[in-house]
Amino acid sequence: MSEQSSLLLWLVLLPLLGAIFNGLVGRRLSSRWIGFVGCASVFGSFLLGLVAGRPVFASGGEETALQTVYSWISAGGLNVEVGFRLDALSLVMVLVVSGVGLVIHLYSIGYMHGDEGYGRYFAYLNLFVFAMLTLVLADSLPVLFVGWEGVGLCSYLLIGFWFEDPQKAAAGKKAFIVNRIGDLGFLLGMYLLYSLSGTLHIESLRQAASSGAIGPAAATAACLLLFVGATGKSAQIPLYVWLPDAMAGPTPVSALIHAATMVTAGVYMIARLNFLFALSPDASALVVLVGAFTAFYAATIGLAQNDIKKVLAYSTISQLGYMFVGVGSGYFACGIFHLMTHAFFKACLFLGAGAVIHALEGEQDIRRMGDLRRRLPRTYATFLLATLAIAGFPPLAGFFSKDEILWKVLSSDSQALWAASWVHPLAYALTLAGAALTSFYMFRLVFLVFHGQFRLPAEKHVHPETPIMTWSLMVLAALSVVGGWGGASLLGVHAFEEFLWPVVGEATEKMAALRPFAHSHSAEWLAAGAGVLAALAGWLLAWRFYLGRPGLPERVARATGGLYRLVLNKYYLDEIYDFLVIRPLSALARFFWKVIDVFCIDQIGVNGSARALGWLGQVGRRLQCGDGQVYAFWLVLGGGIVIIYLVVVAGWF
Amino acid sequence: MITLQDTLLLSGFLFFIGLAGVLVRRNVLVILMSVELMLNAANLALLGFSRNLAEGTGQVLAIFVMTVAAAEAAVGLGLVLAMFRHRGTVDVDRMRGLQG
Repeated sequence: MSEQSSLLLWLVLLPLLGAIFNGLVGRRLSSRWIGFVGCASVFGSFLLGLVAGRPVFASGGEETALQTVYSWISAGGLNVEVGFRLDALSLVMVLVVSGVGLVIHLYSIGYMHGDEGYGRYFAYLNLFVFAMLTLVLADSLPVLFVGWEGVGLCSYLLIGFWFEDPQKAAAGKKAFIVNRIGDLGFLLGMYLLYSLSGTLHIESLRQAASSGAIGPAAATAACLLLFVGATGKSAQIPLYVWLPDAMAGPTPVSALIHAATMVTAGVYMIARLNFLFALSPDASALVVLVGAFTAFYAATIGLAQNDIKKVLAYSTISQLGYMFVGVGSGYFACGIFHLMTHAFFKACLFLGAGAVIHALEGEQDIRRMGDLRRRLPRTYATFLLATLAIAGFPPLAGFFSKDEILWKVLSSDSQALWAASWVHPLAYALTLAGAALTSFYMFRLVFLVFHGQFRLPAEKHVHPETPIMTWSLMVLAALSVVGGWGGASLLGVHAFEEFLWPVVGEATEKMAALRPFAHSHSAEWLAAGAGVLAALAGWLLAWRFYLGRPGLPERVARATGGLYRLVLNKYYLDEIYDFLVIRPLSALARFFWKVIDVFCIDQIGVNGSARALGWLGQVGRRLQCGDGQVYAFWLVLGGGIVIIYLVVVAGWF
Repeated sequence: MITLQDTLLLSGFLFFIGLAGVLVRRNVLVILMSVELMLNAANLALLGFSRNLAEGTGQVLAIFVMTVAAAEAAVGLGLVLAMFRHRGTVDVDRMRGLQG
C-alpha cells in the first residue's frame, strides 16, 4: 500500500507543476511545447490515478490509500493535516477529472490555437486540475475547502479569460461573488461540525456521526449550511445565476469546469459526507426538493434560449439537479454515477458546440445556424450521440444513470418531519417532466444547428473540422455510449454501485431503512419505460416543432405570449436579484462610501482633526506676540498662581 | 528694632517695584535698572534671614548675587549699546520681530 500512497502527492502536484511551468515560461515557448506540458501533466495524473487506484480496483473498492503530507494547522484542539485519501469514491472522481480533463486539454490545443494568452490559458487549466484533484482527494474538510476555493478561483480566471471584454470580466466577477455566498455557508457548516465533534478530519467525523456525538438537529443544521455551499458551487436554486453567465469563458473551459467537473463538487461533497446527510432526513429531503425543482426549472429556461452555450448551461444546471435528487434520496452511488456519465456526454456536447462556434468563427446564435451536418459530419455524429445520451435513450449512458435516479426516487418515501410523503412523488413528477423537457430542448438544438436550412450568409466560410478536436469528440462520444454500462441496474449490472458501496453503503442502508423501499423489478422497468416515453415525447415534439412544421414555434410563442416571454427572460430572476439584492447592496455600499467614508472618516475624521489643530494654531499664535514684556507678564501671572495655589490650597506655611 | 518681618516687607515692596518696572517700562535701560532693583530686593531678604538665623550663609549668597549682578549689568549694558547702534532706539515696544 505504501508505495501507492506516496503517489497521491505527485498525482495532485503534477498539474500544479505544469501550471507553474506554463505560467512562468509559457510566454517564451512555442505553442507546441505549452500544449505538450499542459496535456502531459494531466495525463501523468491520470496514469498515477490508475496506478494508485489499482489496489482499490483489485479489492472491489474496499481498499483505501491514505497519505499524510504534513501537519498544516496545530492550534489548541484543532489539528489539520494535509492528507489525501484515495478510496472508491475519490478514485472515480480522480479518473473522471483527469480523464475528461485530458481530453479537454487535447481539444484546447486545437480550439485555442493562435490565441494570445495560450500559455496563460494552459496554466490556468492545469491549476484548475490541481485544485480539483485536491478537492476530491482531500481527507479533511479544510483541505477540501482549499480545493473548493481553488477551483472557484480558476473558474473566475477562466470565465474572465478574455478580460478585455468588460462583459466577460463581469461574468467572472459574478461567478466569484455568487460562489462566495455559498462558501459562507460551507464555512459556517465547517465551524459547526468542529464545535460539535472537535475534528474536521472526514474519517473522524464519520466516527463521531456513528457514535452519536452529532445529534440529528445539529446534523440537520450542519447539512443545511453545507448544502448552501453546494448550491453555490453546483449552481442550484437559488444561487445558479452565475453559471449561464459563466459561458463567457472559452468553450473548453465551459466543458471542463462548468459542466463536467467543478460544478459537480457540491454533489461530490454531499456524497463524501454521506454519513452526515444520513443523520438528517430533513436536510436530505430539502436536497431532493431543491434538486428536483432546479432540474425542472432550468429545463424550462433551456427551452427558449437561443445561444447554443446558454442552452447547454441550463441543461447542466438541470442535470446537476438530478444528481442532487440522487444523493438527497440517499442513493449516493446513483448521484455519482450520473455525475460521471454527465461528465462524458455534457463535455462532448460542449466540445461539439465549441467545434460549431469555432467553425463559424464565434457565431453562437442557433437561429443563424442550420444544416451543419453536411459541413461538420463528425461533430454532428458525436453531438447526436451525446444528445441521445442526455435525453435518456437506451442503451446510452444517460439512460442508465438518469433512469436509476428516477426509479429510486419513485420508490422512495421521505421520513422528513415536515414532509412525510409528498416529497418524493413531487420530485419524481418534476424530474420526469424535466426529462421530457431535456429531450425537447436538446433535439431543438440538434435540429436548429445541424438540420434544416443553412441560415448564415451564403458567403460565410465554414472552417473544416480539425483532427485533434474531432478525436477528442469521438472519445467522449464513445464514453457517452458505453459509460453507463457499468451501472445498468436494469439489466442486473450493479458494478458501479458495488464499487462505491464500501464508501456510501452504510449511509444508503441507513436512509433506506427509514423508509419502506419497494425493490421490485417490475417497478424498475415501469420507471425506465416512463423515462424512455418522456424522452421520445420530447424528441417527437422537437421534430414536429423544428423540422415538421416550420412556423409552429412562432405560433406557439405568440399564443403563449406572457409565459413565453417569462421563460425567454429566464423568469426575470436576474432582474429580481438585481432589485432585491444588488440594488440594496450597492445602495448600502454607496452609503458607506459617501456618508461613512467620504463624509465621516475623510471630512470629519481626517480633515476635521487637521482643521481643528489649524484653528488651535491660529489662536495659539496670538500668544506669541514678540513682546518680551508680555511674556514676562504671563510668567509672573503663572508663578503667582502657583504660589497662591501652594499657599492657599496646598497649605504651605 | 528691625524685625525680620520689616525686612521682608521692604524686600517684597522693592521687589514688586522692580517687577512693575520690568513689566511696564519701555526703555531697556530702565528695565535693566528695575532688574537690579529686584536683585537687591532679594539680597535684602537674604540678609534679613541671615541675621534672623544668626548664620553667615545668606550674606555670602548676597555677595555672590552682587557679583553676578555686576556681570549681568555689564553684559546687559553691552547689549543695550549694541541694540541702540543697530536700531537707533532703546524702546522695547519697537522690537517685536519674533512673532507668530
